[in-house]
Amino acid sequence: MLFCIALFLVACAWELYKVVGPDDGGSVFGITMIPKASNRAMPHTWDMVQRLGQPENRGGDDPIWVTVAGYSWYTFRLALVGLVLGVAVGVGLAVLMARFRFAERGLLPWIIMSQTVPLIALAPQVVSWSGRIDIFGWEWPRWASVCVLAAFLAFFPVAVGTLRGLKSAPAASLELMDSYAASWNRTLFKLRFPAAVPHIVPALKLAATLSVVGVVVAEISTGIRGGIGRAVLSYQQASTGDPTKVYAAVLGAAALGLMLFGLVVLIDVLLMRNRPQENAA
Amino acid sequence: MSAVIVNQVSKVFNVDKPNHVDALAEIELVIEPGEFVSLIGPSGCGKSTLLRLIANLIEPTVGNVLVNGKPAAQARLDQDYGMAFQQAGLFDWRSVEKNIELPLELKGWDKARRRARAQEMLELVKLPEFARHMPWQLSGGMQQRVAIARALAAHPPLLLMDEPFGALDEMTREHMQAELLQICAATGTTVVFVTHSIPEAAYLSDRVVVMSPRPGRITEIIDVDLGAKRNEDTREADVFYDSITSIREALRGIEHAAVRGGVDDR
Repeated sequence: MLFCIALFLVACAWELYKVVGPDDGGSVFGITMIPKASNRAMPHTWDMVQRLGQPENRGGDDPIWVTVAGYSWYTFRLALVGLVLGVAVGVGLAVLMARFRFAERGLLPWIIMSQTVPLIALAPQVVSWSGRIDIFGWEWPRWASVCVLAAFLAFFPVAVGTLRGLKSAPAASLELMDSYAASWNRTLFKLRFPAAVPHIVPALKLAATLSVVGVVVAEISTGIRGGIGRAVLSYQQASTGDPTKVYAAVLGAAALGLMLFGLVVLIDVLLMRNRPQENAA
Repeated sequence: MSAVIVNQVSKVFNVDKPNHVDALAEIELVIEPGEFVSLIGPSGCGKSTLLRLIANLIEPTVGNVLVNGKPAAQARLDQDYGMAFQQAGLFDWRSVEKNIELPLELKGWDKARRRARAQEMLELVKLPEFARHMPWQLSGGMQQRVAIARALAAHPPLLLMDEPFGALDEMTREHMQAELLQICAATGTTVVFVTHSIPEAAYLSDRVVVMSPRPGRITEIIDVDLGAKRNEDTREADVFYDSITSIREALRGIEHAAVRGGVDDR
């Protein structure tokens, strides 16, 4: 409900600017800073909605929203694989770092540094794996490279959040498990993981959005077909003649991001259903 | 066979380092089965350290500890004792009965047997209708009762408690003390109980071990004889006040400064 109101307000702000803003932009101290408000640069919101019902190209059959939904679905699947991969790697690294002090000291700086590498610099490298890597007869496809790039962004919050979570188990509870002579593994599954859940869930939310960003950026920078990233790119190129087209793709990207986020919220509700509520005593 | 034998134990933290601490020196203590023994003393006297040595959560620097006639390490592996801390320390994500079942799970008991024992323990601590509740739905006193049920779930012969009622209000505290005595009488459990409350030590204990700090030593062991049946009237009996007085005097013998900081007269 609130979300719909917010959406409406954003649309209002957009239209308001179109009324107030100068049509061919403006500059402050010689630098162009004020965006153009012309129909080509900022189409009317109702034109964008209308465009959703028209076909992708003149003479096509399906309305563009069906086509975009298809692209989004393709990208959604890649993002989901990337997310799962990223979570697996992130949790694995966190466990390793929680288990061995030297692993934490050795790995954590690299993990942080990994996030300073720009994804678009990395993308061509990873994409070039296709055709070169052959795992027991399974030839590395290009979409797998896209998933790896998404996982590369997604693993980071999971690794950091899970590590924090695994360390959040209270000292008294750890002592209790010690008094039962419980092994490290049993303490991990009976105490550390459950105690980490409130830290892992927000990390998952971050990872979900990052994996969508990762897939879209990787699609654009590698030019892989079939996904929403490529659609954004090619619709953008058509924007001179058809300025509302690209917004169909943008809406598609937003919708798929929300879908993945919704999936994580569902996991959140399932995992946290028996936890103390914040307003409970 | 004695329940606990602490044999010439010393404990030094950070051996051979500038920040080394002599926590305990030449501790000699024998506890018989069924006894209730309190450890009392100002902060820093090593009473919690002594409890952790008996629990084998830390190793002595010198000397050895026997629990149930075996080395403390073996006793821990065999889960010969249960433990309760100042914070109930229940797992938020487990229901009350699942919390009580935790030590039994680690022992590899099957589900039906665990359920039955958890129910039995809940009856013992008078919370039978709260099995399916989550810990955060319970009051502090009730949580502490669940923690005691968890500590006793495997029917250990020995119960180690570190200021278990320290975080409770006075009324709940007295109530819990009476219940703990009933439970121990019913199960025949030996208890080692760390506290900094003189009346609590006097009311609960057969013997009170008075300790002094830097390094932690046993200065005196006081026998308390309030009879087998303690009840609310005991708290007003002369013999109770006599015990409090003798414990207080023993504590006063210890360095003045430390006493003022660490012991209250509740």
